[in-house]
Amino acid sequence: MTMHAHAPDSAPTFRAIPDRLTSPARNFLGSWEALLLLVAIAIFGANSLASPYFLDINNLSDATFNFTEKAIVALAMAFVVIAGEIDLSVGGIIAIASTAMGAAAQAGAGTAELVVVGLAVGAVCGLFNGLLVARIGLPSIVATIGTMSFYRGISYVVLGDKVYSAYPTDFAFFGQGYTWGVISFEFTSFVLLAILAGILLHRTTFGRAVRAIGNNPFAARFSGLRVERIRFIVFLMTGLAAGLASVMLTSRLGSTRPSIALGWELDIVTIVVLGGINIQGGAGTIPGVVIAALVMGLVTSGLGLLNVPGIIMSIVIGAMLICVIALPILLRRLLHKWRSA
Amino acid sequence: MAPLLQLRGISKFFPGVKALEGVELTLRPGRVTALIGENGAGKSTLVKILTGIYQPDAGEILIEGRKVHFDTPEAAQRARITAIHQETVLFDELSVAENIYLGHAPKNRFGLVNWAAIRARSMALLHSLDAPIKATMLLKNLSIAQRHLVAIARALSVDSNVVIMDEPTAALSHKEVEDLFRILARLKASGKAILFISHKFEELHRVADDYVVFRDGRTIGAGRMADATHGELVHMMVGREVDQVFPKAPATIGAAILSVKGYSHPTEFDNISFDLRKGEILGVYGLVGAGRSELCQSLFGMTHPSAGSVAIDGTFVSIRSAADAIKAGLVYVPEERGRHGAVLAMPIVENVTLGSLGAVSQRGFIRAAEEFKLARHYAQRFDLRASSLSQPVGTLSGGNQQKVVIGKWLATKPKVIFLDEPTKGIDIGSKSAVHAFMSELAGQGLAVLMISSELPEILGMADRVLVMKEGRMAGFFDREGLTAETLVQAATGNMGALR
Repeated sequence: MTMHAHAPDSAPTFRAIPDRLTSPARNFLGSWEALLLLVAIAIFGANSLASPYFLDINNLSDATFNFTEKAIVALAMAFVVIAGEIDLSVGGIIAIASTAMGAAAQAGAGTAELVVVGLAVGAVCGLFNGLLVARIGLPSIVATIGTMSFYRGISYVVLGDKVYSAYPTDFAFFGQGYTWGVISFEFTSFVLLAILAGILLHRTTFGRAVRAIGNNPFAARFSGLRVERIRFIVFLMTGLAAGLASVMLTSRLGSTRPSIALGWELDIVTIVVLGGINIQGGAGTIPGVVIAALVMGLVTSGLGLLNVPGIIMSIVIGAMLICVIALPILLRRLLHKWRSA
Repeated sequence: MAPLLQLRGISKFFPGVKALEGVELTLRPGRVTALIGENGAGKSTLVKILTGIYQPDAGEILIEGRKVHFDTPEAAQRARITAIHQETVLFDELSVAENIYLGHAPKNRFGLVNWAAIRARSMALLHSLDAPIKATMLLKNLSIAQRHLVAIARALSVDSNVVIMDEPTAALSHKEVEDLFRILARLKASGKAILFISHKFEELHRVADDYVVFRDGRTIGAGRMADATHGELVHMMVGREVDQVFPKAPATIGAAILSVKGYSHPTEFDNISFDLRKGEILGVYGLVGAGRSELCQSLFGMTHPSAGSVAIDGTFVSIRSAADAIKAGLVYVPEERGRHGAVLAMPIVENVTLGSLGAVSQRGFIRAAEEFKLARHYAQRFDLRASSLSQPVGTLSGGNQQKVVIGKWLATKPKVIFLDEPTKGIDIGSKSAVHAFMSELAGQGLAVLMISSELPEILGMADRVLVMKEGRMAGFFDREGLTAETLVQAATGNMGALR
């Protein structure tokens, strides 16, 4: 479709505009993801120096278990946060889904049914969150703080101080099984889901719409994007991811208590923020989230090998989050001062 | 008279762009200096330097002959420079008085805010501006024009010597502009030096004593307004002749594409009926707040009507969302570019394709090559000024942002296009490009509806004009023999003079 402007003066002044000024490779070098990757490598190096057992292949494989479940939910959470929302109910969803699976197992459900129950409960919880946020229009932070205690509360009511632990033996595969050599089922799922999430966010119209909505919901609506529908879908995604994490965690622990996955929502949001996702929405990448999950996993497993108690570990992780996020800002400020002086 | 403020050789560079290069400017007390230039000529950058938001990379600023540096906005304020910005930065949840005195509130002897003084002084200021606004009202309850008056009051609440007005009339109706000019005359009489930025030449000729013309970040000319003709100024600004600001190519007008009947909304507009025909430009004129934007946004599916029918190409359609409207071939280019039109943080290419993602994707996967091709096409067609297509839209000048937004809508291949104040705050070069483009679209068989508050634009461009007043149709006029007086009378309700 070529059209010629009637205005006599528009054609000759046109200068060709390049698609990009810098190559993607060059962009990567200055990116948040590159910095995170350096941090991950540094921690990996420090871990292998600090403990002789760290580089052991079985240890490395074991180390993946303590972060993959959270990391899987973080992949979905990335979409929610980029869309300008937040879902704090994921820990609650894991608890209620695990409780439902426990009850189903007691009623004699087989492994396949248990997985369906876990995923279905996660999906329903996600749909309910989506309904509150996208249809009724509640701010997501309020809605999901509400459903966070609501979902876990149901779990407490059903279980009290009982424990469900009558799971079929082959159910253990999802949390303890290996797909290939020392590569666990959990880790395989994480890698596949990360690739899927990366393609979805960075290569599809859906991912573009999520980012546009997080940046400017008004302009997105004026551009004909179905803003409510997309908000709905991202909450469904975190619900499903939490359901899957619940299957894995329940399978790994072999039991359900109402306090399962307590406080996970903040660990998951930490991974997302550390991964360079703008907490106000609109920007961020899946590779960033994946590397951030690795960083978190490496730090916790390294500290674990050094027998650092959990309380200290949380101090270290908190300090790390602040440092990694504050450092670039401080450096930029310093650079600016140095330049303008 | 000795200059109050002088800029010598001011330069400012941004990565990849020379925003200002050796710019000169002189402001004298009691005189209004017009700053003229296309979008992207560096006017806004200059204002930001004068108000301490940016620091120049080279050159010097002199106040009454002394060299000064503005490291912060506070420093500029201390030097008694104040600015009324293009898009007023005020606080919705605060009262009018708080907005006026925020940051420099008078204190009582305990060091606490002296509310009585704030209210009294605000009231006095508003009264002196003839503004019918109470100091205790919350800003969010005011109209755009009233907010502007508050911004002016805020600027006057600091006793400044230099007042910068960056397109103060863009959002104002005819009467409010007159009020503003009276204020301007008073400021002038009290010996303030005024820098007045506007794209409306009629205004500049009326209020300005001196002029400075910027082009591509350089000072092209300066002198007394009385010595320069309109043509000379336009020539300096554009660097070429713009023979006709409002070109109107004759178009063959066909059958009705969009038919609206008895269209009503509970609060915004009532019983609107019109046909929009193939190849036609229908102007919609009215005062700010007449319900024109609300009507178009409702037709576009953003709000739901209470009654009425809409037909496109003879079939009745039910448009419940913008997505429905786009599917039906109807698009709306909103007035508020930054808020509703563009996603400022996203690159040009992603903005251009945002409304037509289906066309650049296959089974939901975006094809980068197609996407860039589409963006390149519209960049070329509109003579977009940008360093790359991956540049965020927010870093472009207003006129270039508008080109991106219009490009986004044309990419959806519409049959009907609504343009809401398409040239608001746009320089004359981009303006004539937009106008040429509108007649080109009409010539290609599109039905164009243009909301405009600028009479020359309406008179020059529209085949027919619908006038709205307080949410109702106040008249329908053909192009032949239509005068500005007729339209103003219809819009202000003086219908007796018409019949």
